[in-house]
Amino acid sequence: MTTEGTVILDGTGVKRALTRIAHEILEKNKGVKGLVLVGIRTGGVHLAHELAARLSEIEGEKVPVGAVDITLYRDDIKGHAEHLPVGKTEIPFTLEGQNVVLVDDVLYTGRTIRAAMDALMDHGRPTSIQLAVLVDRGHRELPIRADFVGRNVPTSRTENIQVMFDAANKPTDVVLQK
Amino acid sequence: MGFKHKDIIALRDLTKEDIELLISTAESMREINSRDIKKVPTLRGKTIINLFYEASTRTRTSFEIAAKRLSADTVNISPSTSSATKGETLADTALNLLAMKPDIIVMRHAVSGSHYFLSQKVPCSIINAGDGAHEHPSQGLLDMLTIKDKFGRLDGLKVAIVGDITHSRVARSDIQGLTKMGSHVFLAGPPTMVPPGAERLGNVTVCPTMREAIQDADVVIMLRIQQERQGKTLMPNAREYSRYFGLNPENLKLAKPDAMVMHPGPINRGVEMSSYVVDGPQSHILKQVENGVAVRMAMLYHVCGGELAE
Amino acid sequence: MNLLIKNGRVIDPSQGIDDTLDVLVENGLVKEVGKGLKAPAGAETIDAAGKYVVPGLVDMHVHLRDPGLEYKEDIVSGTRAAAAGGFTSVACMPNTKPVIDNKAVASYIIAKARAEGVANVFPIGSITYGSHGERLAEMGELKESGCVAVSDDGKPVVNSELMRRALEYARGMGILVISHAEDLSLVGEGVMNEGFTSTELGLKGIPSAGEDIATARDVMLAEYTKSPLHVAHVSTRGAVRIIREAKARGVQVTCETAPHYFSLTDEAVRGYNTNAKMNPPLREADDVAAIKQGLKDGTIDAIATDHAPHHIDEKDVEFNVALNGIVGLETSLPLSLKLVEEKVLTLSQLVEKMAGNPAKILGIDRGTLKAGAVADITVIDPAAEWKVDAEMLASKSKNSPWLGEKMKGGAAYTILGGKVVFKR
Repeated sequence: MTTEGTVILDGTGVKRALTRIAHEILEKNKGVKGLVLVGIRTGGVHLAHELAARLSEIEGEKVPVGAVDITLYRDDIKGHAEHLPVGKTEIPFTLEGQNVVLVDDVLYTGRTIRAAMDALMDHGRPTSIQLAVLVDRGHRELPIRADFVGRNVPTSRTENIQVMFDAANKPTDVVLQK
Repeated sequence: MGFKHKDIIALRDLTKEDIELLISTAESMREINSRDIKKVPTLRGKTIINLFYEASTRTRTSFEIAAKRLSADTVNISPSTSSATKGETLADTALNLLAMKPDIIVMRHAVSGSHYFLSQKVPCSIINAGDGAHEHPSQGLLDMLTIKDKFGRLDGLKVAIVGDITHSRVARSDIQGLTKMGSHVFLAGPPTMVPPGAERLGNVTVCPTMREAIQDADVVIMLRIQQERQGKTLMPNAREYSRYFGLNPENLKLAKPDAMVMHPGPINRGVEMSSYVVDGPQSHILKQVENGVAVRMAMLYHVCGGELAE
Repeated sequence: MNLLIKNGRVIDPSQGIDDTLDVLVENGLVKEVGKGLKAPAGAETIDAAGKYVVPGLVDMHVHLRDPGLEYKEDIVSGTRAAAAGGFTSVACMPNTKPVIDNKAVASYIIAKARAEGVANVFPIGSITYGSHGERLAEMGELKESGCVAVSDDGKPVVNSELMRRALEYARGMGILVISHAEDLSLVGEGVMNEGFTSTELGLKGIPSAGEDIATARDVMLAEYTKSPLHVAHVSTRGAVRIIREAKARGVQVTCETAPHYFSLTDEAVRGYNTNAKMNPPLREADDVAAIKQGLKDGTIDAIATDHAPHHIDEKDVEFNVALNGIVGLETSLPLSLKLVEEKVLTLSQLVEKMAGNPAKILGIDRGTLKAGAVADITVIDPAAEWKVDAEMLASKSKNSPWLGEKMKGGAAYTILGGKVVFKR
């Protein structure tokens, strides 16, 4: 997994990007009232917690964080071969009437986001869903766009973008692998 | 890390890792069962045939709900035993069902091993919903999930299984699963109901009395006694059976204070278990039923689930 | 048509011969066994160097399924399988449709075998009418029409009084009773041997005690009535012990086992293999050891195949539904030769158990190469290597547990009445 690559966003860069996204979220939603964060397993969940910490720091109020596993909503399950483990979806609060910020680490084809939105809809009817990602690497296959982006990185399809986390699930840096 | 089996016929055929994966998937599946919209699109477009040669409302219903919650289409077929013996063979029935292009056949059959026979005849996945006195893997898995819910682990536990071991597919799947996961199983029943070599089925001890089996047990699993099956030669009558092999609040005290009590159902109250135990605080019988759906969703998902496109 | 078989290792226990010799056949009879024999003019010569030349093998327990069940086997295909396996004589069990319980059926079999068969066929009549276990069959007429024994093989004579009378009556008629020893109440709905394997597979078991008890009963009845008894397909250590003790007491009891009972255990059932389903069932390792010991010490007199052909539709089904039995004629010789390799039997003892003894037990004039005997001869190639292939089997049915497996040893030539009926 961790083959050598080019660091395109170092630890400080990641922190800055997250802090900026937190401010943008507050600005767009005019505070944290009625706001919940839902991270996509697994990287998105870690980032959602990072964002939540920044939001409550700024506003002095806690923001609920949930986790969604999109395995069961994938559109690429085929035949019998190897079968992915299913992660837990944990949304211990209602989505009814909430503004949901969906958080993921890398936005690529958009298929994961589509699956995550379907999963969220099965949990209730939020007022709105917004999307926050740390990296947008392009190559969309569905009409999906992020509301909050840490860094746009043009890539080729053969490349891979990896957001690295430390043992405490804190993001360290973002690496481009060829 | 993936699940490599096309069929799930016996826990004996699965590794510890396979079982762990199925249980952890089942744990994730439970979330679906607890929300308002109890459905995910995972198996959309898949066809699942429930082929039940033996009547079983609860297992069939549980598999059917599991399939529907994963958005699969289900068909229930219950060939009456009389027409099955007189007419079409299992192989012919299966070939006819193939015309419906099923992705999974969930079958219950009175003959041990008939799923292996079927799997040689058809290309789709086969899930065993009980075959003769051989195995009942979904029951074994849901029992393990229920135990894990309480103790958080499946190793190092003392599990007592009491009743007609010889004719019990539930006992065989429980033994295969629990001993693979690192627990020790203690069996008890009248010697007419304990098959030869039972102690070689895994980390298993055959106890001369029920008392020894349940002494300090973490889990007590009681098996169903069927008057029709145990007939006239395996025990004198239900009354005497219940006196020596029935679970009641008194002998349950022999087990650990927080021991859990389970039963695959349907229960004969007053025979293998007293109502005080069935409805008592240590009973996990309804939890078992609830976990049944999640476990079966996990089984359907893993035999039919996803090869991931890049 | 004359024939000279040269330079083979001739083994004929009836004459105490085991030496490199020639065998001369004239007009369908053995003319002479000796060294350096000259072929008379026009005689065909077989070079048997490196091969065994033995009396034509006798299988005293086969099911030819003719009349009535020809979709499984018939006299032509069954005797072809016999010839391919090195057998020149077979005794066929009466569970045909109709049962061999009267002269007409026995005569039909003998006539058809003479006309179209490539082995001698000796019918075995039934003990009871229709093998229903209710009243005695016409044993006198059965014997007169050519039956060499009586048996209700496939099922036991449940009623002890009837079995006692059968032994007595048969003794009077000079015909042998062959017992299918099985206590049906203990067998119940069992489909394989009862033991660890049946426990793990969840299949209903058949306890070995069922065979032991039935064997003991029939041995005791033979002892009480002072009548000869032959016990078919012995498979348990208990039955071997009971027969050994009875022989020591002087009871006129003989018995046979089948190659599968000294070659396989109930482990072969794993995978719910219906080609490992037979009755008696495959037993455990201790039983296999006891069978071998019984062969070695002479308790077991004969090796018979219990050749039981079944159609694929009767075997390619769920385990409980599958019929009992396997084909055995074509695999018996290599499996039995293994006993020589394992030093359970000498070659001479093996020939006795596959030719001389069964002929003697049935009272037929076969199983010897004495001058003047019918020239039924098997030339065995102990080195022949071949694979059990469904396509290659001469039998109509292919229900063998050894399909796809390699065998060593087999008939090179099977000679019936001086004529080569099979050549590898």
